[in-house]
Amino acid sequence: MELILPFIIGILYSASIYLILHRHFFKLILGLILSGLATNLFLFVIGRLTRGGSAIIGPDENVAVEPFADPVPQALLLTAIVIGFGIQSFTIVLIKRVYQSFGTTDLDDMSTTDQIEEHH
Amino acid sequence: MNHLLIMLPILIPLYGAILSLFFWRSVRAQQFVGIMAQVCLLIASFMLLFDINENGIRTTQVGSWPAPYGITLVADLFSAMIVISGSITGMAVYLFSIKGLDKARQTFGYYPVLLVLQLGVSGACLTGDLFNLFVWFEVLLICCFVLIALGGTKPQLEGAIKYVTINFLATNFLLAGIGVVYGTLGSLNLAELAVLVRTPAAHPALINMAGMFFLIAFGIKAAIFPLFFWLPASYHTPPIAISAFIAGIITKVGMYALIRLFTLIFVTDQDLTIPLFTVLAGFTMVLGVLGAASQNDFRKILSFHIVSQIGYMLMGLALFTPLAIAGSIYFIIHNILVKTNLFLISGVVAHRHGTFALKKLGGVYLQQPLLSVLFFISAFSLAGIPPFSGFWGKFMLAKAGFEIDSFVIVLVSLAVSLMTIFSMTKIWNEVFWKKKPESDPLLEVMTEQKQHHNRLLYLPVVIMTVFILFIGLYAEPVVAMAQLAAEQLLNSELYINAVLKR
Repeated sequence: MELILPFIIGILYSASIYLILHRHFFKLILGLILSGLATNLFLFVIGRLTRGGSAIIGPDENVAVEPFADPVPQALLLTAIVIGFGIQSFTIVLIKRVYQSFGTTDLDDMSTTDQIEEHH
Repeated sequence: MNHLLIMLPILIPLYGAILSLFFWRSVRAQQFVGIMAQVCLLIASFMLLFDINENGIRTTQVGSWPAPYGITLVADLFSAMIVISGSITGMAVYLFSIKGLDKARQTFGYYPVLLVLQLGVSGACLTGDLFNLFVWFEVLLICCFVLIALGGTKPQLEGAIKYVTINFLATNFLLAGIGVVYGTLGSLNLAELAVLVRTPAAHPALINMAGMFFLIAFGIKAAIFPLFFWLPASYHTPPIAISAFIAGIITKVGMYALIRLFTLIFVTDQDLTIPLFTVLAGFTMVLGVLGAASQNDFRKILSFHIVSQIGYMLMGLALFTPLAIAGSIYFIIHNILVKTNLFLISGVVAHRHGTFALKKLGGVYLQQPLLSVLFFISAFSLAGIPPFSGFWGKFMLAKAGFEIDSFVIVLVSLAVSLMTIFSMTKIWNEVFWKKKPESDPLLEVMTEQKQHHNRLLYLPVVIMTVFILFIGLYAEPVVAMAQLAAEQLLNSELYINAVLKR
């Protein structure tokens, strides 16, 4: 399992970068979501995986029994998921608004704010 | 009381934002709550600064969990100085928004969102925990997203897409970096991390990798080369009250985080970081100022100058001597104030003349002589003409550079200063000096009606100029404080002992 997960993370990252570099809005959203997922998974794996041992202290013990899973990465992960979810939903609504006002799904049509204003 | 003092810059905007949400229907009440919160925030941050100046670094453990297990808040001179400049900026922008922002935007939650943004700024500056730093950055970024998109005009939406996409990616880099740090060192408390990286057991290659993750993440947020392209594409799109605040403070908070992390934690491999920062600083300065030179829009010139000025702040970190870091700190304070003020001035000009395009503007010197003087002061401060504030920052940086024989970067920075004067002269010539081009009478009538608002728009600009003049003409105490702050930053033992109570 530990061997498979890094590969999955790598595939997710590469897929997300590939999708973000596309010009279509929908692929941009997918790419952002995938890159969020990849990061979350990365955070989870790098906190070291311990299976079958929760960090709950039993009623008769003073400390948790080794081996137990480190609860900190899980807590970070939860926070990151929530924040990522918020930003992703904002992005989806934003892209919907952009589509409504520009009537296009092509990111190449959105280069006006970069351009230098012409001389009159 | 001491614990409360650290909490206040976080609590005041939070409660202010909650209170203004209760008055959703009444803009006037929101304005009142907002101004009150700004005044309280300013007083609280000055009290915090004086307290730290007297007693050294202050810490508090939220929920009384001892460090490194609980959430730590740390206030040293550097963070307190950023919090103060943020609150001065916030106050000026609030005063400006009352007349300078359209009613529609004001009714849709502008005031509470701005307060939450300030909450994020204070939190990011005061936290002593790596993961909390991430959370506070998210708080302020989400507010920036909302503020940039607020109103939903076409350029704003376009700017927002670019801003949101690149910042979401930066966030992912930041999270990955936090993951690597936790995975290798097993802690998130900045002070404990600072202890752990200095032990021989630390894995330098992995820590370096984490450092690069943070460099990319905060590099995007601070707009350093080559990650700055989103900034000139988005910062000029929202109304000027929003641009002024975001342009003034957000990139500098990114810079704050970079300086904090690369003086406290990622200091083990300076053979890599110092040349890297030097090159990045040089390119950031030069490309920013060249970008500004090619623009024909008041706000876009100022936006590109943000990038250029970020280079100077990074230069201090690249030189890495006490004087250089002090120069960076002074420069950040100076830049927050000056940049906001220049944006506000462009807002006052646009309010009167209805445009930001240099070609269409003109004759402001004749019509608004006071504003011209205020612009003159700010522009010369930005360019670094003595005795105004920019000079002292650049002087400290250049002196620090000469002391350790880094001639190339110093020469680059001085050349960029000249180019900055060129840009400021361009604005001066086009907007204030030249004759106003013929415009259609309809616009004249429109601007006539706006006349009576103008007085109140001057107030924030005057306040900011007073602060700029103060830190320029009476630089001694500010420079001394910046040097103390640099000592605190470079002497990590102080920070570690204050947090871990050793």
